[in-house]
Amino acid sequence: MGILEGKKILITGVLTEASIAYTAARIAQEQGAEVILSSFGRMLPITEKMSSRLPKKAEVIELDATDPEHLAKLSERVGEHFDSLDGIVHAIAFAPQSALGGNFLQTEWSDVSNAVEVSAYSLKSITAALQDKLNNPSSVVGLTFDASLSWPVYDWMGVAKAAFESTSRYLARYLGAEGIRVNLVSAGPLRTTAAKGIPGFATMEELWTDRAPLGWNLTDTEPAAKAIIALLSDFFPATTGEIVHVDGGLHSTGA
Amino acid sequence: MAHSEADVLAGLAELVNEETGIAADLVQPEKSFTDDLDIDSISMMTIVVNAEDKFDVKIPDEEVTNLVTVKDAVDFIVGAQG
Ligand SMILES: NC(=O)c1ccc[n+]([C@@H]2O[C@H](COP(=O)([O-])OP(=O)(O)OC[C@H]3O[C@@H](n4cnc5c(N)ncnc54)[C@H](O)[C@@H]3O)[C@@H](O)[C@H]2O)c1
Repeated sequence: MGILEGKKILITGVLTEASIAYTAARIAQEQGAEVILSSFGRMLPITEKMSSRLPKKAEVIELDATDPEHLAKLSERVGEHFDSLDGIVHAIAFAPQSALGGNFLQTEWSDVSNAVEVSAYSLKSITAALQDKLNNPSSVVGLTFDASLSWPVYDWMGVAKAAFESTSRYLARYLGAEGIRVNLVSAGPLRTTAAKGIPGFATMEELWTDRAPLGWNLTDTEPAAKAIIALLSDFFPATTGEIVHVDGGLHSTGA
Repeated sequence: MAHSEADVLAGLAELVNEETGIAADLVQPEKSFTDDLDIDSISMMTIVVNAEDKFDVKIPDEEVTNLVTVKDAVDFIVGAQG
């Protein structure tokens, strides 16, 4: 029996087979969960294709995390498939090009606010929109890139991740009484579509492969996905507001 | 079943047409997806996943950046077939 047997999970952020969320969806199904995916706009048909490559084809619902109408209808859309939810995987991030790659001092607020809205505030928007569907207990899991430090080229995405990490702690505070846990997985660099959009991302890749005590595989999303599954499961019943590092141990080193 | 080069070109042209509306006969081997056909990255991703299903091949993400022209894609798909 899998560790997610019978659990109903909404997984956002499946874009390609390289997406962290795709591997999370696959392992969730292997561990017995029923999964629905969300995607948006022109990505929808791509996510639908990816869904049919999963062990079991999952329904795909439309959710642009910044669209108030989508958020207002989210609970209803989820309700067409599941009467309640045991978990949500938030795997959504976006920053305009001007906010990345060394342009930090020139980035305009409108671009920064776009990054923060999609990448940080959306954790609150989605969780709050589904609060009525979430069981007691249930688990919300998001993905961060260690925002306690500054990194080369990550720039305003790093600032957005800091806001994201803080948002998850506040959600943990406000939703704990309802048995809703909110935790993050802090992953090392992985060659997904989002990462490839960051100019100079190779600098970060080298940093990891050189320095992580356990070494780091840039194309293996399984370690991060397994941590997501563990946090969705009943094996972390008293953990919330936490950040689990799945980064080969790099965060623990000084140089 | 292996597809011939001509089959792959025709099939690819069809996928490009479905995604972008570009007339299939404009999808010629020497054309560049981005510069000549003006296909953006999301359309390219869509065409790639559809081509994977249509021709029963895997086109790894790393490879997609090397597929500059239609001929590059045709050659890759023909070569990747079992
Ligand atoms: N790849 C890495 O190196 C890495 C490292 C640590 C954390 N992360 C985080 O992992 C998460 C998943 O990213 P990934 O690396 O798998 O890349 P990905 O490109 O596969 O996934 C990013 C997803 O965000 C979605 N998205 C963007 N804007 C959206 C919006 N407005 N509404 C709804 N969805 C939207 C995209 O559709 C896509 O599915 C992100 O939060 C990312 O920051 C990635």
